[in-house]
Amino acid sequence: MSRWNDLKPSGFWSLSPEEWEAVRLTLAVAARAVGFGLPVAILVAWLLSGTRFPGRALLGALAHLPLVLPPVVTGWLLLLVFGIRGPVGGLLFQMFGVRLAFTTAGAALACAVMTFPVMVRSVRLALEAADPGLELAARTLGAGRLDRFFNITLPLAAPGILVGGIVGYATCLGEFGAVITFAANIPGQTQTLPLAIYTALQAPGGEAKAAQLSLVSLVLALTGLLLAEWSGKRLNARVGR
Amino acid sequence: MSSLAIRLRHAFGAASIDVTLDLPGQGVTAIFGPSGAGKSVLIQALAGLFRPQLCRFATGNRVLADTEAGIWLPPEQRRLGLVFQDARLFPHMSVEANLRFGQRRNRRAAIAGFDEVIDLLGLTALLGRRPHTLSGGERQRVGIGRALLSQPDILLMDEPLASLDQPRREEILPYLRRLTTRFRIPVLYVTHAIEEVAALADHVVLLRDGRVVASAPLREISARGDLPLAQRDDAGAILTCTIASHDHARSLTTLAGAGTPILIPLRPDPPGTALRIRIPAREVILATPDAGALAAVTSLQNVLPGIVCAIRPDHSRAAQLLEVELGDQVLLARVTEDALARLGLAPGAAVLALFKSVAIEVIGGD
Repeated sequence: MSRWNDLKPSGFWSLSPEEWEAVRLTLAVAARAVGFGLPVAILVAWLLSGTRFPGRALLGALAHLPLVLPPVVTGWLLLLVFGIRGPVGGLLFQMFGVRLAFTTAGAALACAVMTFPVMVRSVRLALEAADPGLELAARTLGAGRLDRFFNITLPLAAPGILVGGIVGYATCLGEFGAVITFAANIPGQTQTLPLAIYTALQAPGGEAKAAQLSLVSLVLALTGLLLAEWSGKRLNARVGR
Repeated sequence: MSSLAIRLRHAFGAASIDVTLDLPGQGVTAIFGPSGAGKSVLIQALAGLFRPQLCRFATGNRVLADTEAGIWLPPEQRRLGLVFQDARLFPHMSVEANLRFGQRRNRRAAIAGFDEVIDLLGLTALLGRRPHTLSGGERQRVGIGRALLSQPDILLMDEPLASLDQPRREEILPYLRRLTTRFRIPVLYVTHAIEEVAALADHVVLLRDGRVVASAPLREISARGDLPLAQRDDAGAILTCTIASHDHARSLTTLAGAGTPILIPLRPDPPGTALRIRIPAREVILATPDAGALAAVTSLQNVLPGIVCAIRPDHSRAAQLLEVELGDQVLLARVTEDALARLGLAPGAAVLALFKSVAIEVIGGD
């Protein structure tokens, strides 16, 4: 009971500047993760659904790996590859001076990798649901492969892709294990909402803060899901479904 | 205009298709046959959407496919417009964007201009609409316009009216007729509806069980008593005539073209208009040459002298089909075996073909 008393009604709805920073950072990290991850997810989904090539099964398995690996392992693998001494991370640092590990960009990368399977899955479903007869019609009208992809398949799959992006975005808001492993828990740089909640719970008497932030998390996630539902319906109506 | 040479062989389990055709490079060629005859396979293979085991397609000097030489142009390079049975309009685009889709991607010398096509197909009021708000007939008209505007070498139509009900079909047929006469583009028209063949075709290919039964001009095909077409209840020869004159007092129109003038109920078209008429074989009475006076004492309007050129068995009935030459056209008459015996008709015999004006089906302008 004493815990509930800590949730002082007066200060409950006001967030401190640091907490606002965590919210802002979470939204920004998720936006970058989806902004960079979704186009790659579309490409991979297209390769997986529309083409036959050697290594297709391997690509599919790799794309879905973060779904089944413990997030800590994913974070640690990212550290191995994109860390300052890793093969890719080292190259990026030497050539462009870009550092990913323990940075905001790194947090976005970790989020993108973690939500990649979700995005690939929904994009692929959307691409496969597009009527192949319409692509054939486009072919007889002289449209080549890329032309058809950008002008027929992609617009037809747009509702599903948008929903995939929004769900991916909402999932990013909750990423924890891979982010804390790869990007660490630096307030203002990599401390997203889940990390801030975790930190609050570690400190004595931090329950009230944790509850506040959890509520923010809940509202964001719910908004994301409702938005996905609503926009999916609207876009589908536009293409006559 | 270049012609279209087709060689196609494919086996599906027990069924197979084996077709060799040399089709005219102009006008409407109907590919006619029951379902399962291989019509759709033929058109899908031509369009490049289905790859048969063996084929060679060439339009003029352009080879579209030759499996022996390892040539298989993808559909997007064949320059064939395909009108689908289900229209297949792009649902995320307006009608206008649909129409422009093929046009944008094919900037060759235009056979068909945008304004002309939308005018001819009556699409002007539909341009801003979305496909899912259109009726079935409107959708099909947009599909036809879209294929035509891609400026194809040949327009392929795969049962374009089959998914529509009868009133819609009759709504679209005049558009198709206008379009095929207006644009000098060869059309390959797949159908299992004899009315569409009669209304549109210049040349007919009869397909059955994957084989070509006949390939000839419509006039010739419709008057052949030995073809499966003649076994139908509604068999009848199609004659091409021109309006010679109108007799407003008697409400009759006189047609020339079958040796002797033919009288039909008054038509609105001006003299000189070409007309296609169909005379059902079961509506024709044959008489010996001395029966000419019948017209004076009966309601009969048409008494045409002709020569019996062939007598064919009508398998399902105790009747015979007679091909009767009228000038340079041929009429089909179905008579009982008894009547044939009573009149003693044989090939070469002079006869009178009698039929009522109202029994004549006017198919439309040519």
